[in-house]
Amino acid sequence: MTDATPPSLIVEMQGIVKRFPGVLANDHVDFELRPGEIHALLGENGAGKSTLMNVLAGLYRQDAGIIKVKGSLVEFSSPRAAIQAGIGMVHQHFMLVPSQTVTENILLGLDDPRFFMRLNEYDAKIAKLGERFGLKVDPRAKIWQLSVGEQQRVELLKMLYRGANVLIMDEPTAVLAPTEIEGLFQTLRAMVAQGKSVIFISHKLQEVTAIADRVTVLRRGKVTAAGVVTKGVTRQELARLMVGREVVFSIDKKPRQPGEVILDVKDLQAENDKGFPALRGVSLHVRAGEIVGVAGVAGNGQTELSQVIAGLRKCRQGEVILNGDRVNNRDTLYGIQHGMAYVPEDRTHVGSAPNLSVTDNVIMKKYRKPPISRGSLLDMGAATNFAKELKQAYDIMVPTVNTPVRLLSGGNLQRVILAREISGQPDFMVAVQPTRGLDVGAIEGVHRLLLAQREVGAAVLLISEELEELLSLSDRVYVIYEGKIMGEVKIASTEPDQSLIETIGQMMTGTPLEQIRKEGSLAHG
Amino acid sequence: MDPIIILQAGVASGTVLLFAALGEVLAERSGVLNLGVEGMMLIGAMSAFSVTIATGNPWIGVLVAMFVAGLLSQVHAFIVITLQADQVVSGLALTLLGAGISLVLGEGLSKAGTVSLMPNFSIPLLSQIPILGPIFFTKQSVLVYIGYLLTPLAWYYINRTRPGLHLRAVGEYPAAADALGINVFRMRYFYVFLGGMLAGLGGATISLAVAPGWFSELTTGGQGWIAVGLVIFAQWDPFRAAVGSYAFGALRRLILDIQGPTVLFGMRNAFYYNPYLGFFLQMLPYAFTVIVLVIGSREAIRKRLGAPAALGTPYIRGERGQ
Repeated sequence: MTDATPPSLIVEMQGIVKRFPGVLANDHVDFELRPGEIHALLGENGAGKSTLMNVLAGLYRQDAGIIKVKGSLVEFSSPRAAIQAGIGMVHQHFMLVPSQTVTENILLGLDDPRFFMRLNEYDAKIAKLGERFGLKVDPRAKIWQLSVGEQQRVELLKMLYRGANVLIMDEPTAVLAPTEIEGLFQTLRAMVAQGKSVIFISHKLQEVTAIADRVTVLRRGKVTAAGVVTKGVTRQELARLMVGREVVFSIDKKPRQPGEVILDVKDLQAENDKGFPALRGVSLHVRAGEIVGVAGVAGNGQTELSQVIAGLRKCRQGEVILNGDRVNNRDTLYGIQHGMAYVPEDRTHVGSAPNLSVTDNVIMKKYRKPPISRGSLLDMGAATNFAKELKQAYDIMVPTVNTPVRLLSGGNLQRVILAREISGQPDFMVAVQPTRGLDVGAIEGVHRLLLAQREVGAAVLLISEELEELLSLSDRVYVIYEGKIMGEVKIASTEPDQSLIETIGQMMTGTPLEQIRKEGSLAHG
Repeated sequence: MDPIIILQAGVASGTVLLFAALGEVLAERSGVLNLGVEGMMLIGAMSAFSVTIATGNPWIGVLVAMFVAGLLSQVHAFIVITLQADQVVSGLALTLLGAGISLVLGEGLSKAGTVSLMPNFSIPLLSQIPILGPIFFTKQSVLVYIGYLLTPLAWYYINRTRPGLHLRAVGEYPAAADALGINVFRMRYFYVFLGGMLAGLGGATISLAVAPGWFSELTTGGQGWIAVGLVIFAQWDPFRAAVGSYAFGALRRLILDIQGPTVLFGMRNAFYYNPYLGFFLQMLPYAFTVIVLVIGSREAIRKRLGAPAALGTPYIRGERGQ
């Protein structure tokens, strides 16, 4: 047997198997990377993309299979070993220490400097490296002072400083605004031009076709397309390879005349957990029969906004009016009794009680009233019947309603939460990232439920980081940036409108709508 | 009631708190809360005293005390780092364990008589400086001077060296450190050990310098808890820990002295005539500690004070981003 590999491959993974308790994350996966290419790894959430790359980056050890780098067999016992072989990974959650400077983060874990830090010297080195690859960032800045895009650049610099030739980017665009995405793509192209290779993990089709030379598609831990040249494949084909069936991209949204104002938020100001201002005067309203989106890059006050509205966070100033009643800075029960429904971001800890059964979780808003309440006792028979009804109506896939919800998949758990919230026939619902981490089928289900709420005349506030989701579901979209509303746009059609996306993108990076309009009218004469 | 004497004695007895607090700063900077400081100090004080009796050499006593307290700290390290148990519970248990062991092994030590203590001396020239000279540099124990050196060293180590950078990274964001090849577990074991050694040094400072002898659990009298509170109060900074330690030391001495004279500021001294008022005064440092610990245990406030972000949470590899 010969180990000779064509020199045209820099990384070769053969028959990789990786098991987690109860899950076969990678089932004999092959993957090849050529020098100087951008190779996309496409697949749904849970398809095994990140697992495969964590194996390559030395974070996990494969249960079977071999890895070759430049033709020779390698075994990585740690991320450090992988970096020494020239393979660096930029994780979805940045691995940066917020309280330290850019330079300190880059030097972390290296043998040089030996003992004394001599930061000035290294600051200059890192500034130089940044210039070479078009990665501008101040080496003396502390990480918490940087925008998400800048932090990503630090992660890239960290790997480049260590001499990485293969850069693995795990869903790098998930945290970026549209303009920042274009900047990232330029950087990646510059790196490839200088001889580096890039593996680009994504579940977004349009990005893959925009940036990658070749694409490998994973579905449920198996390769469904290996190293296909992206020129000449359509989005439809890729989607079918990824999901395993035809995917409908359009959503059935009927035109509807909105009714009166249900939720009115006036000049809201609130602080985050660290005591810094998170909301700096947010005003918005939602009418009956209307889905209103809130767009923005993660961490611009969306979480705090939803919490103040739901009554989980106190605000310093401003009001939340629901059906004419002030609901802010009161307990959550007051809001619930006045028609509030809340689908929180954190399904497992805020949205549900993981160790309790489906029944217990769905009666949480019902147990105070008959038929489930009988004086000071609970009628468990009535509760079980109620849960069974919901299981039927919302298509919740569980063996019995006594199953603890921690055993449910993300999609099923979200259906439990939505079933509980919607069965209360709310006038208003605030939903935060309701489809995050769900597979395509489950996403469709959630979208249908939200649109159904719009049909019956409820007001829905949808807070999401997925711009496409907002554009296809919402009637109007507010854009939030650093706790302020940058502007509001009407969504006329479900087809994506390029100039509208650009406008929203600019607002997401901090340009108010008025300014965009002013500059626009100047440019057009 | 001479302010110079109160401050001078305050610096001496504050050195006990300083060592313990510096040790706890290091351990907490690596992300491990160790509430067992009181227990480690007790075992340090006991072993320093008994080893000095046996060998006649207080230096050996100090070294053994540091080593023994360091060993005890590894019980906590194993429970919270390897077994990933709750740090608060384990720390409390460690205090009970340390106190129990030292009471049993220290049985009869209190009647052992006098031993040779750590040497006291004045620093030439520096002791001539008005006010500061007599407070800081006159007839202080060698351990007090070691405390002066240790504080800036600890600060420089944490903020300006490579191992210090790694220490901060492990306490702030262990996953990031791990991804870059830093051994989070080994680092945490090491700094818990260092913290234990310094707590032991604090204990030895009591039994061989500040208040010589072994008086069972009254030897430390809860100073380990004050040290833990000081760390929060000092916002995990060695210099602030030093200021706080000396201030507390001076306060202890003031509370003692204020109960002495029959006449205070030209009036009948109520603290002399009414012992209950004296007890109330003696309670104050502990009341302060309780308040600081209660406030410091609230996560939101800890964040605002700048606590190491991973403080109190075990590091489990691969928990994020599969």
